[in-house]
Amino acid sequence: MPFDFYLNIVASGLLTGLVYGLAALGLSVIFGVVRVVNFAHGEMMVAGMYGSVLLAGWAGLDPLLSAPLVAAALFAFGWLLQRGVVNRFVERPEHMQFILLLGIATIILNAMLMLFGPDSRNIMLPYSFDTVEIGPLLLDAVKVRAGIAAVLVAAALFAYFRFTRTGKAIRACADNPLGARVVGLNIDGLYALTFGLGAAVVGVAGALMTLLVDSRPQLAPEYTLLSFVIVIVGGLGSLPGALLGGVLIGVTEALAGFLLMPSMKSLFTYLVLILVLLLRPQGLLGKRA
Amino acid sequence: MTALLEVAGVSKRFRGLKAVSEVSFAVPQGGIVALIGPNGAGKTTTFNLIAGVFPPDEGRVMLQGRSITGLRPNQVCAAGIGRTFQIVKPFGDLSVEENVLVGALARERSVETARRQARAVLERLGLADQAARPARSLTLPDRKRLEVARALATRPTLLLLDEVLAGLRPTEVDRMAEVLRELNRREGLTILMIEHVMRAVMALSDHVVVLDHGEKIAEGTPAGIVADPRVIESYLGAEGI
Amino acid sequence: MTGRGILLLALAGALLLAAPLVADRYVLSVLTTVLWFAYVGQAWNVMMGFSGLLSLGHALYVGLGAYVAAALFVHFGIGPWLGLWAAMLAAVAAGSFIGFLSFRFGVRGVHFALLTIAFAEVARIGFDHIGWLGGSAGFFIPVAEEAGNDLANLRGSPVLFYYVALALVAGALALARALLHSRLGYQWLAVREEPDAAEASGVDLFRARMSAVVVSSALTALGGVFQAFYFNNLFPEQVFSMGRSIEIILPAIVGGIGTLFGPILGAFILTPLGELLTYLIEVTGYDLPGLKQLFYGVALVAIVVFRPEGVWPWLARRLGLARRPGETAVPPNREGTR
Repeated sequence: MPFDFYLNIVASGLLTGLVYGLAALGLSVIFGVVRVVNFAHGEMMVAGMYGSVLLAGWAGLDPLLSAPLVAAALFAFGWLLQRGVVNRFVERPEHMQFILLLGIATIILNAMLMLFGPDSRNIMLPYSFDTVEIGPLLLDAVKVRAGIAAVLVAAALFAYFRFTRTGKAIRACADNPLGARVVGLNIDGLYALTFGLGAAVVGVAGALMTLLVDSRPQLAPEYTLLSFVIVIVGGLGSLPGALLGGVLIGVTEALAGFLLMPSMKSLFTYLVLILVLLLRPQGLLGKRA
Repeated sequence: MTALLEVAGVSKRFRGLKAVSEVSFAVPQGGIVALIGPNGAGKTTTFNLIAGVFPPDEGRVMLQGRSITGLRPNQVCAAGIGRTFQIVKPFGDLSVEENVLVGALARERSVETARRQARAVLERLGLADQAARPARSLTLPDRKRLEVARALATRPTLLLLDEVLAGLRPTEVDRMAEVLRELNRREGLTILMIEHVMRAVMALSDHVVVLDHGEKIAEGTPAGIVADPRVIESYLGAEGI
Repeated sequence: MTGRGILLLALAGALLLAAPLVADRYVLSVLTTVLWFAYVGQAWNVMMGFSGLLSLGHALYVGLGAYVAAALFVHFGIGPWLGLWAAMLAAVAAGSFIGFLSFRFGVRGVHFALLTIAFAEVARIGFDHIGWLGGSAGFFIPVAEEAGNDLANLRGSPVLFYYVALALVAGALALARALLHSRLGYQWLAVREEPDAAEASGVDLFRARMSAVVVSSALTALGGVFQAFYFNNLFPEQVFSMGRSIEIILPAIVGGIGTLFGPILGAFILTPLGELLTYLIEVTGYDLPGLKQLFYGVALVAIVVFRPEGVWPWLARRLGLARRPGETAVPPNREGTR
């Protein structure tokens, strides 16, 4: 049954795409508010992966359970990074911010390389090889769990921005930093909080990613680029767009990896990017500037 | 006098909000026309429609009888319109002379000739002794003068000035007004200016167009405009002049 | 340029010309690497430093230049002096395509940078799968015979390559200087500083930006041709890698973006420092993967935090050299936070 077969590939790509989307969500949140592009995003994600790998090794924690711990650690890291260095660059030209974060990314990546070595590490779980059957679909249990968790975390983030006082303050700050300052909001504090949140979100995405792939430091630049591509495809500043973009890229990768060679799957990711930039430069759910 | 610039029924909407609505007016050859109105009246948007920053949704803009509607800013410049920016935009890391040089290069291919022209413009606007300084180091009044100098260096037939007198001290206003009047009288330069400084509007312009909420509510001589009840209500009264 | 500047430049030039007389093989190879990075850094600088276009995918132009010239040589026996035109053409075609997509569709700043990375990545993955060019297993040019220097086919001793690299650097410097003082050069600087004001001053943004991409990609492709014939091997994984793109931009950033001598100075700082680090690692036996890269990361952060305008403007002031805007002036702090 070829149709069911393709359906399975699409569903599997969709679940992976939700985790990608969550990672991109973190990038989108930081860019949307602080207006700084976090070029160390993939590095933070891989740091999250190693956090989960280490916690699984030491305490036998399931990545789904270690995710909150990883999130907390990355929140602290992001908060400190914004407070300590990035905040000074908020008013600087774009390329200076970019170079700064490129430097930070290089440091994180190579620190991980020195600490953990270049070899991949994986986490074995009791349900690693289980499958879930839903109608015609036969899905890996790990992917189903990762996908559901990604949706839950994304929903929590949306709720935070929509319903909490601080979340609303952050949104106000994103819309109009000057106005927010005038009405007495602590911009620097909100920026640090946002950067922390973005880092925490991508940390969770990293933790979930350990369910799907083996951890290697070298994945980091790839994930940075992937997050960028997703954010642009989905539409800058659109949080649902990031999720949609993630799903789209996840499905594209899965189909390309199956129909062609697995090593060529990211080629298609970039082709999707180029196509979107051509036909709809503001992204799928983005508003025209 | 024939119309050098003719703005015919231009409209512009931003996300459904009408910023400029069917505005028409003409700027006669050799004239100085002032565009006034309260904040948010659509003055700068009108300027941007003329200068080609974005095309109008409706209407046409004609220069010397030829349509310049929808042209890009550099094409509008080539057609003969020079402009300044309300929020000054100097090339910060370039010297004052180089800033004006870039303007002169619009019509001149030789860098050396353009440099001579730039120096002449700087001389005229009293910026010659600042020529070698980086533009970012200038004071605000000097930056405003630099805006005018750069626009003038493109050798326009029509000069669009967006609040070049705002924020200047009265003596500086008089000095700038004098330079503009001289350019107008001696070289026949036509000027369309957005201005808040009513004293300068009264002294300089021979025709005033009043915008409010994106619509033209009045036009006429400066003296006639200040006596117009609609204008007083919407604008002059509000500003307490 | 002041008299002192000319004197210093002449002195540096003479030293570099005489270097092969005293330098041993190792020093010569380091110097050749320095010159290579100085050259491609200068080429990159035309885009970022002069026109404000942040390209993070310059490895694409290096790789295209390298592969085109190498393929013509290996498969068709066409020498590098003919091949380099095809190499430049290929890089210009790629650059123009990226530029067209970006500038027509309003892709700016960081998104432009991302697009340049994306294309370099596409090339990396694509070339991995081109069997005709060796794929991921690499593409090789028959190794040069040391005995005779054959300038026509760019085969020969390290000294030959050293002088070719030196000529490239001198040529790029002269070209960059001439461009910077031309009509186009001033328009580039204007576009870099304030695109809106530049456009209102009659500058065609699209053409100005495209011309910067064309010049930069063509120059960079020449660096690729040199690399192919100097190292005799090409691996997509290295040639097109993002790491390589970053190495290309480092000299200009460290030396001073938008300055003429910044990329050269930056290369003379970074490459020897890297070599020193390698040496220290060897001597101490403290070998960890990533240590050298970590150092580059720290250098990058330190530079943007403590000396964002780069080392050259600071050094030029110290040496009492002329400070001409556009020559030693640089773009950082455009928003006036200084």
